[in-house]
Amino acid sequence: MSSHDDNLPVLEADPIADPGLPDHTWRPTDVDPAMARRAERQVAFWFTLSMVCTVLFFVSYFAFQVGDDPSTFFGLGASTLFLGLTLGGALLSIGIGVIQWARKLMGDHEIVEYRHSAASSSEDREQALAALGLGAEESGIGRRPLIRNTLLGAMGLVGLAPIIALRDLGPLPGDALDHTIWSKGMHVVRDVVGTRILASELIVGDLVNAQPEALFTGGPDGGPMEGVELQVQKAKSSVIVVRMDPDDIIPGKGREDWSVDGIQCYSKICTHVGCPISLWERTTGNVLCPCHQSTFDLGDSAKVVFGPAARPLPQLPLAVDDEGYLIAQDDFDEPVGPSFWERDSQ
Amino acid sequence: MRLLNLTAGRVSRHRRSKLAGLVVLLLGLLLTGGLYSLLAPASAEQTVSADQQVAQGRELFLVGCSFCHGQNGEGVRTTEGNQLGPSLVGVGAAAVDFQVRTGRMPLAQPGQQAPRKPPVYNDDEIAALAAYVASLGPGPAIPNESDYSLDGMSEQEREEAVVRGGQIFLTNCTACHNFAGAGGAMPQGGYAPSLHQATEREIYEALLTGPQQMPSFSNGSLSPDEKRDVIAYIMSIRDTPEYGGFSLGALGPVAEGLFAWLGVGLLVGVAIWIAAHTTRTAKEKVDE
Repeated sequence: MSSHDDNLPVLEADPIADPGLPDHTWRPTDVDPAMARRAERQVAFWFTLSMVCTVLFFVSYFAFQVGDDPSTFFGLGASTLFLGLTLGGALLSIGIGVIQWARKLMGDHEIVEYRHSAASSSEDREQALAALGLGAEESGIGRRPLIRNTLLGAMGLVGLAPIIALRDLGPLPGDALDHTIWSKGMHVVRDVVGTRILASELIVGDLVNAQPEALFTGGPDGGPMEGVELQVQKAKSSVIVVRMDPDDIIPGKGREDWSVDGIQCYSKICTHVGCPISLWERTTGNVLCPCHQSTFDLGDSAKVVFGPAARPLPQLPLAVDDEGYLIAQDDFDEPVGPSFWERDSQ
Repeated sequence: MRLLNLTAGRVSRHRRSKLAGLVVLLLGLLLTGGLYSLLAPASAEQTVSADQQVAQGRELFLVGCSFCHGQNGEGVRTTEGNQLGPSLVGVGAAAVDFQVRTGRMPLAQPGQQAPRKPPVYNDDEIAALAAYVASLGPGPAIPNESDYSLDGMSEQEREEAVVRGGQIFLTNCTACHNFAGAGGAMPQGGYAPSLHQATEREIYEALLTGPQQMPSFSNGSLSPDEKRDVIAYIMSIRDTPEYGGFSLGALGPVAEGLFAWLGVGLLVGVAIWIAAHTTRTAKEKVDE
């Protein structure tokens, strides 16, 4: 190491003189009045173009039909397209004009600003502290504990006000999350149309997005449910019915009689964060959640084979009625959907 | 009545003529022959043709399909126990019509999923292949045009079908095929294809047979009318103009986010470019 020290160059003070800032060079528009006038016309051109675009915006607004019979332009909605193009053109033209103006015609000084210390001067700081001290002295907050304590009490209490309002988030759900509208003997019906499903008509590979019949008959006057009640019930009761080759199914423990000739029924609500899940692959028997790719094997009691879900999809025990239509043996034997605080972890 | 009586009277007058027997015999022969020529040869021709069709289909099958599906359509397994080609017994004519008509079969190369490509066989050959595979075991037949065609629906019927079909589509199809039928990704390199190249017939057959990973929606799962409603909805998406401007493939937030971020990046680049470039001159400013 030390042997190299001899080879180091001798340091001289400021080997190269500080060149300072380079000389200011002028823009063509600064030195040539003809160029300046040309730039002026360019800026005015852009501003005029903006006005033209805005007028065209007004024209588009009134000229193109919207609603049931919209005007189209190459398969695009003409109104939206031209409103966007003309308004965009108007704003862009103003922008280009302003930039052109600033770059070519406005003042072209070069300014150097040196950095300053961020802290206040010690004089200012002393003044501020003195003012605070004077405030504390004059208010007498140290000498009058009654005022101090009641003030603290008042502020603490007013802080509780928004917390008490949180009560409106309740009441607590109780055991509502543990049960769905499914019950013993309820028919499994197709979603949307509400028709019952004949077990013998399903073939291997069939998928049916289904609902409990009560959603279609439990409303006012025996009609379909409506509004909030429908949403509340449907959010928990949605199921998928699939028919697989019985040889491809390993029935879960105690679930040997939950399927009908390979027809199984599982909750459609993903156990991860509750997305509706019906991407069923008939060859693998896996059902995939579109939100986070949790994958459940319906051939093996909907065991999780991939993804963030922690528990299998709950299975709805199926049976058939006298006429061969699919019915539920009972409600789900565990809560459907994602985990929640009070849910046991089984 | 009078006319009838008159005719009956005339006939009855010649009834006992010597030639009457001959005339009746001739008439009978004529009638029989005529009926036979009208009805019998047609069905006879069809039977022969159906047999021929199956035979022709078998020829085509042995050349084009048997390598993966086996010489009798029984399927072929690899030595590792994976499936080279599944058994075609019981898949029915509809499945063959769909797979071959959309060019998915025959496969150009093995892979996770058979892509749509121009069909290799013509209509007659597809019909022959379908007839042959249908002869292997009972399965869904090629649907009638009246099942899937939207022609002949009144404007109002069609609108109702679109509304119903839209709800059925949102419940059963969007999970894989996306809200606009644009398709989407599936596990292990698979994908749900876009629905916008498929014809009405192909959509119906796909629902009926469940090609590849797709679950089937047999008539027990989704009635023929409901299938046609879904078709009406898909066709209505195709006809709907893109109100909001370019849909970017209707792929949703991924395509739109990519577009927005690329756009923002481009704008940042332009802003830097503007700040870095101003024309300068070597000339000095002359004060007046």
